[in-house]
Amino acid sequence: MLLIHCPYCDETLPELEFAYAGEAHIERPKDPSALSDEEWRDFLFIRTNPKGTHYERWRHVHGCARYFNAARDTVSDKFLTTYRAGEARPDLDRKEAAE
Amino acid sequence: MSTYRVSGKGRVNRGETVRFTFDGTSYEGYRGDTIASALLAHGVHLMGRSFKYHRPRGPVAAGTEEPNALVGTSRGKGRFEPNTRATAQELRRGLTVESQNKWPNLKFDVGGINDRMYMLFSAGFYYKTFMWPRSFWDRVYEPIIRAAAGLGRPPEDLDPDRYASRYLHTDLLVVGAGPAGIAAALAAARAGAEVTLMDEHAEMGGSLLSDPDVTIEGAPAWEWLATQLAELDRLGVRRMTRTTAIGYYHQNMVGLCEKLTDHLDDVPADAPRERMWRVRANRVVLAQGALEKPLVFDGNDRPGVMLAGAAQTYLNRYGVKVGDRAVIVTSHDSAYYAAFDLADAGTRIAAIVDTRDTPRDDLAQEAKRRGIDLLAGHTVTGTSGRLRVKSVRVARVSGGKVTDGRAVACDCLLMCGGWTPSLHLFSHTKGTLKFDDALQAFLPDYSAEDCHIAGAGRGLWGYEATLSDGNAAGVAAAVALGHEAQESRIEVQGDRPGTGVTHKELPTDGQPGRARAFVDFQNDVTAKDIRLAVREGMRSIEHVKRYTTNGMATDQGKMSNINGLMIASDAVGKAPPQVGLTTFRPPYTPTTFGTFAGYHRGGHFEVTRKTPIDAWAESHGAAFEPVSLWRRAWYFPKAGEDMDAAVARECAATRNSVGIFDASTLGKIEVQGPDAVEFMNRMYTNPWTKLGIGRARYGLLLGEDGFIRDDGVIGRLAQDLFHVTTTTGGAARVLTMMEDYLQTEWPDLDVWLTSTTEQWATIALNGPNARRVLEPLVEGQDMSAEAFPHMSVAECRVAGFPARLFRISFTGELGFEINVPARHGLALWEALMKSGAQYDICPYGTETMHVLRAEKGFIIVGQDTDGTVTPGDANLSWAVGKKKPDFVGMRSLARPDLVAPGRKQLVGLMTGDGKVKLEEGAQIVADPNQPKPMKMLGHVTSSYYSAALGRHFAMALIEGGHEMEGREVYVPMPDGNHAAKITTTAFYDPEGERLKV
Ligand SMILES: [Zn+2]
Repeated sequence: MLLIHCPYCDETLPELEFAYAGEAHIERPKDPSALSDEEWRDFLFIRTNPKGTHYERWRHVHGCARYFNAARDTVSDKFLTTYRAGEARPDLDRKEAAE
Repeated sequence: MSTYRVSGKGRVNRGETVRFTFDGTSYEGYRGDTIASALLAHGVHLMGRSFKYHRPRGPVAAGTEEPNALVGTSRGKGRFEPNTRATAQELRRGLTVESQNKWPNLKFDVGGINDRMYMLFSAGFYYKTFMWPRSFWDRVYEPIIRAAAGLGRPPEDLDPDRYASRYLHTDLLVVGAGPAGIAAALAAARAGAEVTLMDEHAEMGGSLLSDPDVTIEGAPAWEWLATQLAELDRLGVRRMTRTTAIGYYHQNMVGLCEKLTDHLDDVPADAPRERMWRVRANRVVLAQGALEKPLVFDGNDRPGVMLAGAAQTYLNRYGVKVGDRAVIVTSHDSAYYAAFDLADAGTRIAAIVDTRDTPRDDLAQEAKRRGIDLLAGHTVTGTSGRLRVKSVRVARVSGGKVTDGRAVACDCLLMCGGWTPSLHLFSHTKGTLKFDDALQAFLPDYSAEDCHIAGAGRGLWGYEATLSDGNAAGVAAAVALGHEAQESRIEVQGDRPGTGVTHKELPTDGQPGRARAFVDFQNDVTAKDIRLAVREGMRSIEHVKRYTTNGMATDQGKMSNINGLMIASDAVGKAPPQVGLTTFRPPYTPTTFGTFAGYHRGGHFEVTRKTPIDAWAESHGAAFEPVSLWRRAWYFPKAGEDMDAAVARECAATRNSVGIFDASTLGKIEVQGPDAVEFMNRMYTNPWTKLGIGRARYGLLLGEDGFIRDDGVIGRLAQDLFHVTTTTGGAARVLTMMEDYLQTEWPDLDVWLTSTTEQWATIALNGPNARRVLEPLVEGQDMSAEAFPHMSVAECRVAGFPARLFRISFTGELGFEINVPARHGLALWEALMKSGAQYDICPYGTETMHVLRAEKGFIIVGQDTDGTVTPGDANLSWAVGKKKPDFVGMRSLARPDLVAPGRKQLVGLMTGDGKVKLEEGAQIVADPNQPKPMKMLGHVTSSYYSAALGRHFAMALIEGGHEMEGREVYVPMPDGNHAAKITTTAFYDPEGERLKV
């Protein structure tokens, strides 16, 4: 069972308290009707599904109930970092260099 | 007492005898014995029959890796367990043991015929034997396979035992309390770390318990051991015995199964049988040692043939010699020490057969000193004996030739093919292994977790090496935890170091094709099977494993994996690492379902949510049905009524006078805030801006993909306050979806969402007399049709309780839904029952609710929709705001697939005479005489008998259904094809006249 750091509670807690919520940084278009069928399809269905670092959303559903973002390595299943919804995708190379 | 007990040996308590039975015969053992050691003390080796060939088998090991000596154990009704390892189960008074896989008895077994027909059962026999003809699949092959399959017999009664579970957080978890584990725990604890040390055995010490003659730090092994354990206790180390680490999960979570009562004569009342520990450790030391490998030769499975290390354990730990005349066959130095210990205890060692040409000099000397015949450069080519080994055939190997074969009499044959580092838990973590050419073994390589491996698990051998390595691991863990510590060498005198070689099957002068040389004892896989699998095209070890079932038994190939790999790689012609190693998965040893279930059984399996009115329904004889986690009153049968009769009566009573229904399970969400109306506009398909305060509207919620997700009536109580209802099962989902959009897409909206499902009790009154029942109880609201028309909502008092009162209808009748604080729900129900008595008010359940709504063509989300249904498909286009700029799912309603013709659409279905109840889920076809497979147009979603219509009716999703009104389709059911006509879904009162009161 993973341990996940909630950036709102600022605590590292068991996976059981959290729910996965799909890929992160996919913003709902401001005016969906302006999108072509292909653009709308891409927004709805097309996901990166990477081998490696995946930016994804989690919800601290049995805690503060907030949605937040995480970078997780899909090979090792390790969380690289978590950050609040709305914050920019972190530059993980720089973060590693700083450590 | 028993012939094979050796005085002065062993750690069993000779002062306490323990009686037990095996296949009905009573035996005596000592406290501290296992079933296997106690039976061996009586000269009993035959303990079971093998899985496939029903060959006679005895114990080959002395621990949980045992593949042969699996027995049924019992302590009375409900407490039968199959496949207990006789080598691990401690004796307890009154223990009942039975052997398995035999009929009529262990010594004469009819199934042993399989052994004669073994050609039929070779690798892949399931795939080959049971293929054709096809007509045999059901009637011939399946019964044969089912009768022959299975290992032991399953328990027949409900398990009456309790199982517990706990969490544990620790700085350092040390798995395995052999020399390396004890040294690691001590080093870390001395440095100040908080340590947990655990072991699967009843007592700690590991291999030291089988090797009392070495001297550690100046003390005899067992004295040293006692001193170390005492110091561990003094340092506050948590020590857990009879505890198996079954799985190693992410971020150093280790699952432990602690056996609490299986060794006890009498179980204290309410004591849990086993406890699952979920341990989160900052660091982990894996000190699981190594498992001895068998050698692969013809007849290596006969009772009396066992691992040399196991014989050493039976002697030194249990005080039992496994025979009077032993032959040793080995490719590793360790078996010499077993031979010497046995010889010194009075077993005649007829020969040591060393497959290597040049035995270690000091070992050869020791053998000579004891007068043991040492046959170097020899092999074993077979054994004789039916229920116990009688002799072994040994032969010289020189220049690749096997010559000079001769039989040597013996009553036990002790083998050692080297040792496999036990890295199962390490593999669970996705730690990688690397093949060590010198050791011919897989050793730990990359570690994915914060763990250290110590001792024999790293391929080390000899006590000084493993103890010192354990110390180093403990120091490393302590330093990683922020403590200061220094490594130190642990001195050992009289050490027992050793090396060895790893073999494929041993060379023979016989025909290899006739040899019954077992690799996997539990699954009866032979060397020949593995070679056959390679000949038939299997190249990867994963394929060989599945084709032969090698390593797929409940021991996960603890003893067979490496031997299987050596033979397969030889057959493939590649080095072992290129053929690969199969993956170990949790649990490490078979674990009871009870331990995994823990407290979650019976009434605690999952939550049962009950409404405030549930107790009334129960005391009035309601039948219940589960709806998501709720239990809901299904119908209220009167004496002699079945469900159909009760539902027909409830429907008629509601349509003719008044019915009362507990709707408390409906999901309720309070949407509040200055931007509440904007939020509602964006979430739901309907327009909300113009909905007046005190008015309600049917709301439809789509996913972003345009498909219906949920629905429910929504009332506006104030400019900034909406009372949203959802389906019973959808409450949490809808709130999650709303929160998602609010938090992440529209954080600028000033809105609060609050789940109020359990804060309100909701009672629905429906029927022409509903107002007459309700009105006398209402204060603060004019109930006239003019002042409180259909689709109204008001805050008022009902029966003296503060209420949110809706005038809405899910039945087509005059209807009200009264919400009161949950604690008043039952009192309100009783007040309404009293007020309604003069109208014969009828309580109804979910089934009647379903019939009444279906008569009006109202959908149930999830029954009449399936996640691919649009508002248009479900005749709900009227609920979609046409002038809205956007709402969730709007853009998708214009997607090509959603506007294309041929979509499945919701329609009514009427059979000719109305007497047939179409099955919900039944498929619909245009022509029942078309060849199979038929083109299926759709399926029946809802089907009921309608008292109001006097007939059965149904709804269905049918391709292009809206264009097919009046057309006839067919519904194939088990009793034949039924013709049905497509209609609209407005079955009853299509104009809605009954609401106009
Ligand atoms: Zn949180």
